[in-house]
Amino acid sequence: MAKSHVTIKVNGKTVEELVEPRTLLIHFLREQLSLTGPHIGCETSHCGACTVDLDGKSVKSCTIFAVQANGADIRTIEGMANPDGTLHALQEGFRQMHGLQCGFCTPGMITRAYRLLQENKNPSEEEIRHGISGNLCRCTGYQNIVKAIQYAAAKLNGVPFQEAAE
Amino acid sequence: MIPSAFTYHRPSSVQEAVGLLAKLGDDGRAIAGGHSLIPMMKLRLATPGHLVDLAGIADLKGIRSDGNDIVIGAMTTQHDVVCSDLLAGKIPLLRETALLIADPQVRYMGTLGGNVANGDPGNDMPAVMLCLNATYHVTGKGGGRRIAAREFYQGAYFTAMEGGDVLTAVRIPVPPAGHGAAYEKLKRKVGDFATAAAAVILTIGGGKVSSCSIGLTNVAETPLWAEEAAKILTGSSLDAATVKRAIAAAEAITSPASDARGPAHYRTKMAGVMLMRALARAKANAR
Repeated sequence: MAKSHVTIKVNGKTVEELVEPRTLLIHFLREQLSLTGPHIGCETSHCGACTVDLDGKSVKSCTIFAVQANGADIRTIEGMANPDGTLHALQEGFRQMHGLQCGFCTPGMITRAYRLLQENKNPSEEEIRHGISGNLCRCTGYQNIVKAIQYAAAKLNGVPFQEAAE
Repeated sequence: MIPSAFTYHRPSSVQEAVGLLAKLGDDGRAIAGGHSLIPMMKLRLATPGHLVDLAGIADLKGIRSDGNDIVIGAMTTQHDVVCSDLLAGKIPLLRETALLIADPQVRYMGTLGGNVANGDPGNDMPAVMLCLNATYHVTGKGGGRRIAAREFYQGAYFTAMEGGDVLTAVRIPVPPAGHGAAYEKLKRKVGDFATAAAAVILTIGGGKVSSCSIGLTNVAETPLWAEEAAKILTGSSLDAATVKRAIAAAEAITSPASDARGPAHYRTKMAGVMLMRALARAKANAR
């Protein structure tokens, strides 16, 4: 099958590659670009471990072909840290609030939460839970993931983080 | 899970897309958001030799007023529906329904056109379109035509669209100001299709229902327009006895499959419960 030429901006860098049309974006990122942050969890559009940010949308990269992303601007977990190398507020939040245990869902969680906070700078707990409802975590019970996102929102808004009483 | 090989096309106009699909015949398949088709391709339940991607056609996007109608381009995503101030003001039922579809990531990609055109009885928007008396704009080899949503669905994955047709827009008459509406969906978890769901729109004058329309999701091979149930309710004050009769009429037209969501008789009863809840909420938000 003839390959297609794609030009895609990934984490600020423009890449030009040849892809088979049937290549899923997750395979393109992991195998052709060696970006193994986005994970393959369920491969059936359910778990959200493969979530990347694509032209301002949170997208499950197992459910889009790389050719469909031609011309797009993509950010993965590898592009999340601040330019000076320090952790993004979300990464810091997941660390401080123990938002991960095994860590498999974390790249997708953080990438999704990034877009959520772009659209809603100060989400309520309910809005956070609804906002990450396309990302499954089998370890944490979500409690500390919600806290991690609240921590990041507070930090990005320049206000002190108040942990809710349980 | 790697789909079988295909050739990718990205036309920039509806004419070009329709021309391609006509030429490719059964080997060509249009792709919108891809969140129904790509999973089917990964399982090799769909193996199109050619994909015609509609994402490059600017004319298919956007939400606009046209006289007394709202016209929504087929490639408008569920996320766009959720974020539209125009829809929130005129037809809030659409936002409410879109928020119950799948999860945020899927709503960024999944389109209104794909949801209504695919013919999957589990999709939520078709019953809402029956409820709202929407019309679909379809373009094919012979040019454009309009098909009433209430005449569109023929069986699971069978619709009034023919090979090579592209659904380009959905036209919805704006409901009267002060109407009440609700979509009640029973599902096992986020992202699931409905065990049963009901859409209701009604207007109330002088304490009585002056108009009413009802759609049901995933309790038959097609979405259902519960015409008889709505007739029973029209003119009533939504008193308990009349509501009970209407629910019985709605349940009578269902024929769900027994599956992992429950046995058929349970799903029929849940359609009735969803209708009861949707009626109560529609009444409460009518003015």
